[in-house]
Amino acid sequence: MIRRFTGIVLLTLAAGLAFAADRVAKPVIAIDKPGRCVEDTALMRRDHMKLLMHQRDRTMREGVRTKPHSLAGCVDCHASTKTGSVLGPQGFCQSCHDYASVRLDCFECHAAKRGMAAALGAKR
Amino acid sequence: MSDAGRRGFLGTAAAALAGVALAPGIRLIDLAGARAPDEPASGKVRWGMLIDSSKCATGCTDCVSACATENGLQDTGRPKTDAQWIRKIDLKDLRSGRQHSAPVMCQHCANPPCVDVCPTGASFKRADGIVLVDRHTCIGCRYCVMACPYKARSFVHENLSAQKPEVPRGKGCVEGCTLCVHRVDKGGTPACVEACTSAGHGAMVFGDLNDPASPIAKRLKELPNRQLRADLRLDPGVRYSGV
Repeated sequence: MIRRFTGIVLLTLAAGLAFAADRVAKPVIAIDKPGRCVEDTALMRRDHMKLLMHQRDRTMREGVRTKPHSLAGCVDCHASTKTGSVLGPQGFCQSCHDYASVRLDCFECHAAKRGMAAALGAKR
Repeated sequence: MSDAGRRGFLGTAAAALAGVALAPGIRLIDLAGARAPDEPASGKVRWGMLIDSSKCATGCTDCVSACATENGLQDTGRPKTDAQWIRKIDLKDLRSGRQHSAPVMCQHCANPPCVDVCPTGASFKRADGIVLVDRHTCIGCRYCVMACPYKARSFVHENLSAQKPEVPRGKGCVEGCTLCVHRVDKGGTPACVEACTSAGHGAMVFGDLNDPASPIAKRLKELPNRQLRADLRLDPGVRYSGV
């Protein structure tokens, strides 16, 4: 009796775990432009925010616009070829940030689409 | 050779080297103050502008529309709350009836009151005299809007979309004329000046106030000019002639 009960509990737990694993969609890491990123993948995954923050202060406070760690640089390479954006459920930035539950507020101000300048220039 | 003598010699040698012409018109380091792209903005340069109101036509808004296009300022149809980085002011002398017009934008003061009052350090002055807002630290308190005697700052009231990659903007922050810093850093001139020049008005000159050989310094020497509200001793980088 006890053994059967334990079995049921274990089964339920396992089902629950499987459910928990499926509940959050795995991030879509679709890289349309394969090749080397500005730093190693491991470093980029862990520290991209630090690189961006450093570059941001150098650019804004000192006007240095040459270093490769710029947000515009990320968008240029990683924007989806379908939507042209790093946002959206399949977007390079958003899918991972959704998975990790980290708020992504860069793009409330910054352009999330590649070639926005050209599009805007043509519209006017 | 004494230490002072050696230092003097080295300084002269370095200056001579810097001035070496690689080809006619191209120098190893431009003595006029142009910096290498990976070099931080330097205090040797003071960016400024000269606006000649005698050449500025009443009703012409070329500079204003160029600013909107360059910086992605969109017209929502609600002018009271739309961001305004540059505006045209029409002046009339009531006694003589003389009318003239001039654009007014952030005056890029040497002693900016917006920087003094900012509680977070978001409002700041770059080494080369350009006054900017760091939107990452701006909390939208609008003290700077109150402090600015030129009414040069705007608050962004609404969610924005389709910002320009070089000009990030967003709701809840204060902003103002950046002197098109993204263009200046690449050796360009502000969009308003470019528009005014290319339309043939020539009412706006941009350049380095500290360089006596720059066109703006020469014009300032020739033309009677003044700073707006010079009595406040803010030492604005934008000078006006004929107002």
